Amino acid sequence: MRFRDHRVVGDILELAARYRDEGADELVFYDISASPEGRSVDRSWVTRVARTLDIPFCVAGGIRSVAQAEEVLASGAEKISVNSPALERPELIDALSQRFGAQCVVVGVDSQTFDHGYRVQQYTGDIERSRDTSRSTIDWVIEAQRRGAGEIVLNCMSNDGVRQGFDIAQLRAIREVCRVPLVASGGAGAAEHFAEVFQAAQVDAALAASVFHSGEISIPNLKRQLRRAGIEVRP
Amino acid sequence: MSERQIVIVASGGANIASLQFALQRLEVASAVSADAAEIRAASHVILPGVGAAADAMSRLRSSRLDNLIPTLQQPVLGICLGMQLLYEASQEGDARCLGIIPGRAARIAPSKDRPVPHMGWNTLDIRRPCALLAGLADGDYAYFVHSYALEVSAATVASTGYGAPFSSCVQWRNFYGAQFHPERSAAVGARLLKNFLAIN
Repeated sequence: MRFRDHRVVGDILELAARYRDEGADELVFYDISASPEGRSVDRSWVTRVARTLDIPFCVAGGIRSVAQAEEVLASGAEKISVNSPALERPELIDALSQRFGAQCVVVGVDSQTFDHGYRVQQYTGDIERSRDTSRSTIDWVIEAQRRGAGEIVLNCMSNDGVRQGFDIAQLRAIREVCRVPLVASGGAGAAEHFAEVFQAAQVDAALAASVFHSGEISIPNLKRQLRRAGIEVRP
Repeated sequence: MSERQIVIVASGGANIASLQFALQRLEVASAVSADAAEIRAASHVILPGVGAAADAMSRLRSSRLDNLIPTLQQPVLGICLGMQLLYEASQEGDARCLGIIPGRAARIAPSKDRPVPHMGWNTLDIRRPCALLAGLADGDYAYFVHSYALEVSAATVASTGYGAPFSSCVQWRNFYGAQFHPERSAAVGARLLKNFLAIN
């Protein structure tokens, strides 16, 4: 779920409980305004979410130091996800992984498609600061793993918000170089899209926000459809 | 209920808060302690663990808990790394562990369709009846996060397939272990914790 911190915590807790009850396997909380503004954020909500949830959750947004990560993990999150700060300072991934273990360290990658391949985008939470890093997504995913990332969330921006399905070609290309769990993000619009991305791109998980928030896709229905398609999912 | 005194060993793991919250959801209070007297007096001891085996062992050694824990007579539950520490050794950092259960944690071999760390929901296969598993069944899903695992042995009460099957729940005398995270395994995890707290 993406939010900026003006959104009241009550909304977050209510959504968290709803997804828990509907059978979501993991939740990711994005404080999308945190990185572009270069600030640290009030994270008292993490503890409240941790009390509510009995499934794993990950906190993303504005974590730029081991100390900040420690605070989030000690509050009860399973994982922290770094994106723009890891691009500013790739050693952050090494430091986090050495301190907490690779399993806690998710690297989020916002990737855009160009004529000659895929490139990493930075500060995508703020339309005015969002920029092309000129880094190849494939190279960055390889480097992130070498530095100790335990999971990659690949957000394919050309598909994000369009709801026409995940970017299968790109996810396949990244899967080829990704030896840690790979999570597909961006493009989910229908239950079939989930079945497609698991079968065609061999991702380990698929992430979506708006189609769940709006209720267009219900998690129990989605899981039933995936099971019918022969994909193993937790009931 | 009130005579139960649950102590979570302060082993420096990052999952202590989640574990306490899970116990609170069961309406059970717990204390976090590295104090030998307090741990010895507990009705139930939980040894959590996130991080590396060698680090966790050096923390236990520095508070002399490496000598205490193997002598405990009450039910003890090791979770994730905490379960691995109950064994003789771990390949992770070539660590010598508590030596309660015979065996050694080994790194999971990665393959193309099985990335390591093993992260996510996976099913339990129950190998033999155990109070820890009351009400749980084959095919129940639990949430795993680990890079090292214990092969199936005499201590195994449930296993999970990820490549070769590994021990997902173990029992050895009064020592119990879960390789997965009950505090993040929804109803299945809550049941396991409840089962553990019901063991006398």
